[in-house]
Amino acid sequence: MNPVIQAKGLQKSYAGHRVVDGLDLAIRKGECFGLLGPNGAGKTTTLRMLLGLIAPDAGTATLLDLPVPQAAREARIKVGVVPQMDNLDPDFTVAENLLVYGRYFGMHDSEIEARIPDLLEFASLTSKRDAKVPTLSGGMKRRLTLARALVNDPDVVFLDEPTTGLDPQARHLIWQRLNALTQQGKTLLLTTHFMDEAERLCHRLAVMDNGKLISQGSPRELIESNIEPQVVEVFGETAGQWANAHAATYAQRHEVSGESVFCYVHDAQPLVVHLQAQSALRYLHRPANLEDVFLKLTGREMRE
Amino acid sequence: MSMSHFVLPTLTLRFFPIWRRQWLVWRKVAVPAILGHLADPVIYMLGLGYGLGSLLPEMGGTSYIAFLAAGTLCYSSMNSASFESLYGAFARMHEQRTWEAIMNTPVTLDDIVLSEILWSATKSLMSGVAVLIVIWILGLSNSLMSMWMIPLVLLIGLAFAAVGMIMTALAPAYDFFMYYFTLVITPMMLLCGVFFPVTQLPEALQALATALPLTHAVDLARPLMNGAVPTQAAFHIAVLLAYALAGFYISLVLFRRRLSR
Repeated sequence: MNPVIQAKGLQKSYAGHRVVDGLDLAIRKGECFGLLGPNGAGKTTTLRMLLGLIAPDAGTATLLDLPVPQAAREARIKVGVVPQMDNLDPDFTVAENLLVYGRYFGMHDSEIEARIPDLLEFASLTSKRDAKVPTLSGGMKRRLTLARALVNDPDVVFLDEPTTGLDPQARHLIWQRLNALTQQGKTLLLTTHFMDEAERLCHRLAVMDNGKLISQGSPRELIESNIEPQVVEVFGETAGQWANAHAATYAQRHEVSGESVFCYVHDAQPLVVHLQAQSALRYLHRPANLEDVFLKLTGREMRE
Repeated sequence: MSMSHFVLPTLTLRFFPIWRRQWLVWRKVAVPAILGHLADPVIYMLGLGYGLGSLLPEMGGTSYIAFLAAGTLCYSSMNSASFESLYGAFARMHEQRTWEAIMNTPVTLDDIVLSEILWSATKSLMSGVAVLIVIWILGLSNSLMSMWMIPLVLLIGLAFAAVGMIMTALAPAYDFFMYYFTLVITPMMLLCGVFFPVTQLPEALQALATALPLTHAVDLARPLMNGAVPTQAAFHIAVLLAYALAGFYISLVLFRRRLSR
């Protein structure tokens, strides 16, 4: 079967700066695919090219077997989009937002009206049907944006940072709904910089930086192929001195960040025994996670 | 700017759901909106028409207030379309990101720009008809020919909406629109024959006025309101249409460039 979304050698520059640099992607039907990367890595530009909203400088892309941007309009009939920033219609109620949006897909009012109760139920907004958008909480607005992206019963849903700015309760509800969508067989492509979100939701992930894909695979594969399995974090005012003197002895790799030292090891036992004897230091021993991979691949410097 | 920005627009009926969106918003504020459309032009027309008109025996063969009625219809249509295509469209493009939401569907930027121009022209039509009804009630025009004002205010709306969209495509923020109103719209109101015949102006200003779209609108409106067939009607219509088409195309190219980031 052809991939639902495919990109070959996509390139895009703005004012001489290459934002996307030779990107290859193949996203299969029914999978939840996560695009990770620091701010400015080129995630949103990639999504916009795959949706056919902007033309690449080089390379090709297909969306649901249609070439984009050439046939983007036809392809988008079966695509839903949850944008990074809410762009709901503030003048309308919850239900009116769905009705008006459905019309853009050429749907008849009766057809949309028939879908609205299910969409509201899915978004847990049934009781808010006639509420105006400005009265909704941030989480409700996101859920309405998600419901709006489903109004045309899409095969593919693009989500650009779907849970940024939400509290934990609101995030968990969105995650539950996204899981339900993949169970229905929909293909999801999402960007995020929350590693727990990526680990929980995505079947496969790609880490992007400076416009390039630097690693790709399932969350487990990414961890196994990029990083030692155990992490010991060492804290304390003297952690830096300790690292200079001892870290290399016990850890395959280590990084100093302020008053913390991150030690990456295959076997944590000798290090833990050693640290138990250091009264000035505290430590935390845990399995390696996606955030460790991300920081290893994209570095610890701030991106602004 | 890439070559693809210059492609001619693809016109489809997909603009219509966007027009319906604007209509649904407008319906929620219809009563204050209609009063807003009426208040300013009617007060100008009555105040200047009766106040200044009492000092003037006649102008252009009619009472001054009847003379002013035709001009008022034209400039109030110009204003409605301009306000909507500047402030309204800018809010939907920039602040509310409504355009961004729409462009994620099968609707394209071409459809959006077309629908914005048609919607602004619709506002012109509504305000024009409201003012026309007041004019009829006051007995300032008794000719059936004045019915032609209905398509004319729509055409005026299309021309000014399309030109206004160029400003919207270039605007960094709302403040920018002040320049357009003080440097373009207000001078047109004063130079294009709304309050007095263009022939009263020095020749240089007359030449300038001839190039401006509002002059052509007034040249069509004034005879129609008096029950006469406008001279050079086809030419005046062609000028207004040319402004509408050029404004549509230029603004579309600019919007494509602006939103391709």
